[in-house]
Amino acid sequence: MSEKKLNFLILISLFFVPLFSILLNDIYITTLFSKIIILAIAGIGLNLILGYGGMVSFGHAAFFGLGGYVTGILAFHFNNYEPIQILVFEFEGTNQLLFVWIFTLIFSSLLALFIGYFSLRTTGVYFIMITLAFAQMLYYFSISWPTYGGEDGLSLSLRNEIPFLNTMDPITFFYICYVWLIIAIIFVKFILNSPLGISLKASKENEDRVRSVGINPKKVKLISFIISGAITGLAGSLYADLNRFVSPTILSWQMSGEIMILVILGGMFRLYGPILGAFFYIILEQFLGGITENWQFWLGFIILLEVLYAKAGIMSFLIKDKYDEKTSS
Amino acid sequence: MEFQLLIEQLLNGLQFGTMLFLMSAGLTLVFGVMGLINLAHGSFYMIGAFGAALLAEITGSFFIALISSFIVAMFAGVITEILVIRKLYKKDHLDQVLATFALILIFSEGIRWIFGAYPLYLNIPLELNASVSLPLEIIYSKYRLLIIAIGILIAFFLYILTSKTLLGIRIKAGQNDREMISVLGVNIKTLYTIVFALGAALAGLSGALIGAIQSVEVGMGEPVLILAFVVIIIGGIGSIKGAFVGALLVGVTDTLGRFLLPELFKLFFDNADANLIGSSIASMSIYILMAIVLIFKPSGLFGER
Repeated sequence: MSEKKLNFLILISLFFVPLFSILLNDIYITTLFSKIIILAIAGIGLNLILGYGGMVSFGHAAFFGLGGYVTGILAFHFNNYEPIQILVFEFEGTNQLLFVWIFTLIFSSLLALFIGYFSLRTTGVYFIMITLAFAQMLYYFSISWPTYGGEDGLSLSLRNEIPFLNTMDPITFFYICYVWLIIAIIFVKFILNSPLGISLKASKENEDRVRSVGINPKKVKLISFIISGAITGLAGSLYADLNRFVSPTILSWQMSGEIMILVILGGMFRLYGPILGAFFYIILEQFLGGITENWQFWLGFIILLEVLYAKAGIMSFLIKDKYDEKTSS
Repeated sequence: MEFQLLIEQLLNGLQFGTMLFLMSAGLTLVFGVMGLINLAHGSFYMIGAFGAALLAEITGSFFIALISSFIVAMFAGVITEILVIRKLYKKDHLDQVLATFALILIFSEGIRWIFGAYPLYLNIPLELNASVSLPLEIIYSKYRLLIIAIGILIAFFLYILTSKTLLGIRIKAGQNDREMISVLGVNIKTLYTIVFALGAALAGLSGALIGAIQSVEVGMGEPVLILAFVVIIIGGIGSIKGAFVGALLVGVTDTLGRFLLPELFKLFFDNADANLIGSSIASMSIYILMAIVLIFKPSGLFGER
């Protein structure tokens, strides 16, 4: 199967998931796939810098969690009729998803600008650890700041709204996530084919050469980092609405690890890899969780085997025409 | 009163720091010598604590429990190194992160499988569970003083080991040029296993020592692991001296931050706000410290590159 055909097949099958779940009379399937799609969006965000940019960020939970908390906090203030105060400015909370998304994108971009600016001064293992450190800062901050629930997290009584749509309906919410997935794919594809994406891929190979043609690789990396953070932040916002709950768990380093695992599981350097990765990760979790209480034990084994013996990921396993190995080193 | 409290907090910071050093020493050696990021290092901390709790229950001796924590974690280290870690040295950091992340899942769930989900308790022996009076009317826990002493003793031992013995010279040589030392007839595979097992054993010992103050439970290693990473990044990867300085810095910053920052903010805000803001910032203080160090010295305080 060619990659194009497989990609098309993935999108089409996802589209018919709600139909499938109605036929089986099990609406939980739709909700489960909403979760898969959301994690896939987070993975697509991370993959932009991880796979194509070679930047191993171990702190993407920061953006995922921030997106979740922005969503939760706006809804919290809307429900309590308390305006949000930031220094002298005061504004109302909102439950309108369109505004929530805009705020999420703005805030996660700003956070990514901040984290990226400092983290990109380092490389290699130091980069891995400093991104982790920033995510940990937010994690501990969210635990120790009691206004929004602290360790217990924050519940949303209802999902946020879009005019004319009932977001509480699982199928409607699924298609909202689906549309965002398509947008994310198109956007990242556009980025990858733009001068920015090409210089990003080039910076991964050789920064000096990029510099010698007059492009600043730091700037390229920083912009990509911001885009990556914004996409992952948006996924976090959807995740908060899906569960109607946010807690420090989505800021934890395990969350960063999970997003990273599903990117690798699906196959790096492939745009649709994170979708398959998220699919297998969640299905595995459900499947193993159904058989044994200690499912994480077996999950660990599977990941270990995958890393040691099947580096290329599920996508490459399904695709016949051999992917050019040169770009993967 | 204020002064005694401050000294007491400082000692707490020192105790926390020496424990972090035991964790970080192995991590920094493994990274420096083998170039491996080992997220599963926290699992050895946990394994050591569980081993100690089990042995303490069987033998009733705290001393035997401590020794066994060292040995159990060392064996776990040897087995893990031979079965998995060995295959990771040549892979990139990303693979190492993932594979050792998977090891955490395996170890944590494995331990939960064997011991159940409830925490175990490891009791400090009565003769240590007391306070001693220090000069200046300071009263401090005997056990915590013992921890500080053990930590400093091991730091000294490691310093001698790495700078004065043949093994230390080989470790250093392996850090600089691994091909050259294997050409010179040193069995690099065994050397790597020894270094890894030593690191695991130290992590296990610190797990047992701390497990006696807190509780012995699944997942106890990961928060400490992250702190140990902060320590070796601050100190500079591969440097034992850096790990020691970094560990004390982190331990003292964290403990004093929690104590002093709320007091500091009381000068500007009313009590409730000051406590809130102070403790929130204190919970992030070491990460802020690490970010500042990396911004000014991107390879840590004692890093070479």
